[in-house]
Amino acid sequence: MLELVFLIPALPLLGFLILLLGGRKLGEPGAGWLATAMSAGSFGATVVVLIGLLGEDSHSGGRSFEQVLFDWLPAGSLQVEAGFLVDPLSVTMALFVTGVGTLIHLYSVGYMHGDAKFSKFFLYLNLFLFSMVMLVLGNNLVVTFLGWEGVGACSYFLISFWHTRDSAATAGKKAFVTNRVGDWGFMVATFLIWTTLGTVTYTEIAPLGTGIAATTGTAISLLLFVAAAGKSAQFPLYVWLPDAMEGPTPVSAMVHAATMVTSGVYLLVRMNPVLTNDALTVIAIVGAATALFAALSAVAQHDIKKVLAYSTISQLGYMFLAIGSGAYVAAIFHVITHAFFKALLFLGSGSVIHGMHDVQDMRKMGALRKLMPITAATFIVGWLAIAGVPPFSGFWSKDEILLAAWEKSPILWAVGLVTALLTAYYMSRQVFLVFFGKPQWVDAEGTETVHPHESPWTMTAPLVVLAGAAIVGGAINLPLVSDWLVLEHFLDPVFAHPHHFTSGTGTKVTLAVISVLAGLVGIAVAVMAWLLKRVPTDKLEPAFLENAMYVDSTMARVVSGPGTDSFEAAATFDKSVVDGGVNGLASITAKLGRIIQPAQSGYLRNYAVGVAAGALALVAWFITRVSL
Amino acid sequence: MDVTTGWYLILGALLFIIGGVGLLIRRNPLVMLMCVELMLNGVNLSFVSFSNELGDIGGQTVVFFVLVVAAAEVVVGLGLIVAILRRRPGTTADDLSTLKG
Repeated sequence: MLELVFLIPALPLLGFLILLLGGRKLGEPGAGWLATAMSAGSFGATVVVLIGLLGEDSHSGGRSFEQVLFDWLPAGSLQVEAGFLVDPLSVTMALFVTGVGTLIHLYSVGYMHGDAKFSKFFLYLNLFLFSMVMLVLGNNLVVTFLGWEGVGACSYFLISFWHTRDSAATAGKKAFVTNRVGDWGFMVATFLIWTTLGTVTYTEIAPLGTGIAATTGTAISLLLFVAAAGKSAQFPLYVWLPDAMEGPTPVSAMVHAATMVTSGVYLLVRMNPVLTNDALTVIAIVGAATALFAALSAVAQHDIKKVLAYSTISQLGYMFLAIGSGAYVAAIFHVITHAFFKALLFLGSGSVIHGMHDVQDMRKMGALRKLMPITAATFIVGWLAIAGVPPFSGFWSKDEILLAAWEKSPILWAVGLVTALLTAYYMSRQVFLVFFGKPQWVDAEGTETVHPHESPWTMTAPLVVLAGAAIVGGAINLPLVSDWLVLEHFLDPVFAHPHHFTSGTGTKVTLAVISVLAGLVGIAVAVMAWLLKRVPTDKLEPAFLENAMYVDSTMARVVSGPGTDSFEAAATFDKSVVDGGVNGLASITAKLGRIIQPAQSGYLRNYAVGVAAGALALVAWFITRVSL
Repeated sequence: MDVTTGWYLILGALLFIIGGVGLLIRRNPLVMLMCVELMLNGVNLSFVSFSNELGDIGGQTVVFFVLVVAAAEVVVGLGLIVAILRRRPGTTADDLSTLKG
């Protein structure tokens, strides 16, 4: 059954090709159903592969299967195969990528209803899914890089999907350019690994990885982290993600919350044998800083999707904090639960935007729970999950990360705890603004300016499924009994240094209680401020936080001011000095040529005289030589 | 009066000079080709003279090479000249100066 792994990327690729050739003929909703079917088929293939993998012996490295399709780059000592690696990590990733992906495909059939480029949207979605599973399933860094670039390109296409809108086109460009910085890190890291180890295949890197010299290892780790920071929106390369909300909401849910942005986490977890302790500390600090920074920024956003975008950055920061603490399982666990509840929240916000006829400002919403009962109920589930309220899935994964951070350093834990409090607060604020309070879409006379309505079943069905997953998702890794740590036992063979918590049960329970209390405090503050209006709310949204501490605008000013000047200077240098040098040499040669040009008279006798004179000169030279 | 090697050498030199001067001052391509032949044979004559004087067969061997090369040269040269003259009768060497730089 493991041999069927090639079907996982092949089906979305097939869907992409069909839509490329005949997408316009299929039209709406045929194109959407085709893409959804391909995605569902890919999910089915993943389940089959998972069953096959579970059938293998979990000990003695039995659960690792490679399928090589062909030699991709046979270049001397560099041998790159186009192949897949099936192991617990890649299957886990592929499972939720295709699963959540299928739900979002289904949702998009309803959401993109009536769009002029309906079939093109699904073409991009299928291409994205193909690239994403290539990234996850590739058996070496180069295949992963292929998927890495593929998801980057698709992200660009999808952010600027409504490219006639100026802001969407700009946001797409911004995402692409920022991601290139990360891609640079990926490429240099690949080169370094190849020169150091002589291979780019994961199964060959894994046993050699721990033996790399410390300096080289740290360099590789940090370059990989640059790559991950670009794709997974870590400080300071996060700037593209809030702007990426210009894309259609299903894209925000799938590409910019559930799947693509977690590929940085996957890359670091996959390369775990190479990561050095110094690099891990850097990763943990940057992750914690990003988590806190983005959570603070999310507090004062007004756009319903911007809140979720900063929340995504913050949660990704959590995952990097987990990696930095060495708790890879916790990172992957959070990737999965986050995929469930964040996709749910994004799709819920999309449903709200759909029902509110493209209103995105939360100040113009309110009291929508009666008009959109399914959306409201599922959104509330997502809110409780991300706020870390037990027994929702977010609690279990967040708690594990906080425990790992505690064992790494109490300071990191404190930052994580404050972030958890802020997360609970800003998500509660969002829920209260959108679904509770007074309707802000009714004007003074009581007439409705918009007519909110519940979304069609294609949109609510994925919400319900994801809500279910967000409630029980934590069950895959319950820390109560050792046997219930299913995910941890499943993933452990992948790691060079499996992480084990050293804290006693007392510490664990205390930390869990504190983190739950922090979440409840956050919710309570939000209830006071936004539901009961006991606190003046205008002071809770300082402009400093609304503008995300001006990091983005400062960066823009630096790039467009001194940055542009230095680029201009480089261009001038190129034009005057480099081009001038080359052109000058050419014109000097031409002038010299014109001086001796008359010698080429075209008359035979002149040439004959030349030959005669030359011969005479030679003879004269020989004679003088001989006489000496 | 004995005809010594010196005479032959003088004759060879004369032939060479006549050919060289002819090549420089005449403009008929056919005549110029004949002048080149004169120069070649002037050299051949001195080769043979020296070969005889020094008793070395090498000089005569070289002459054979020169004859063969000259024959080949005449074939190509005459072919070119005939082709040019047929196309443009009465052409002089100075008219063929289209390769002027």
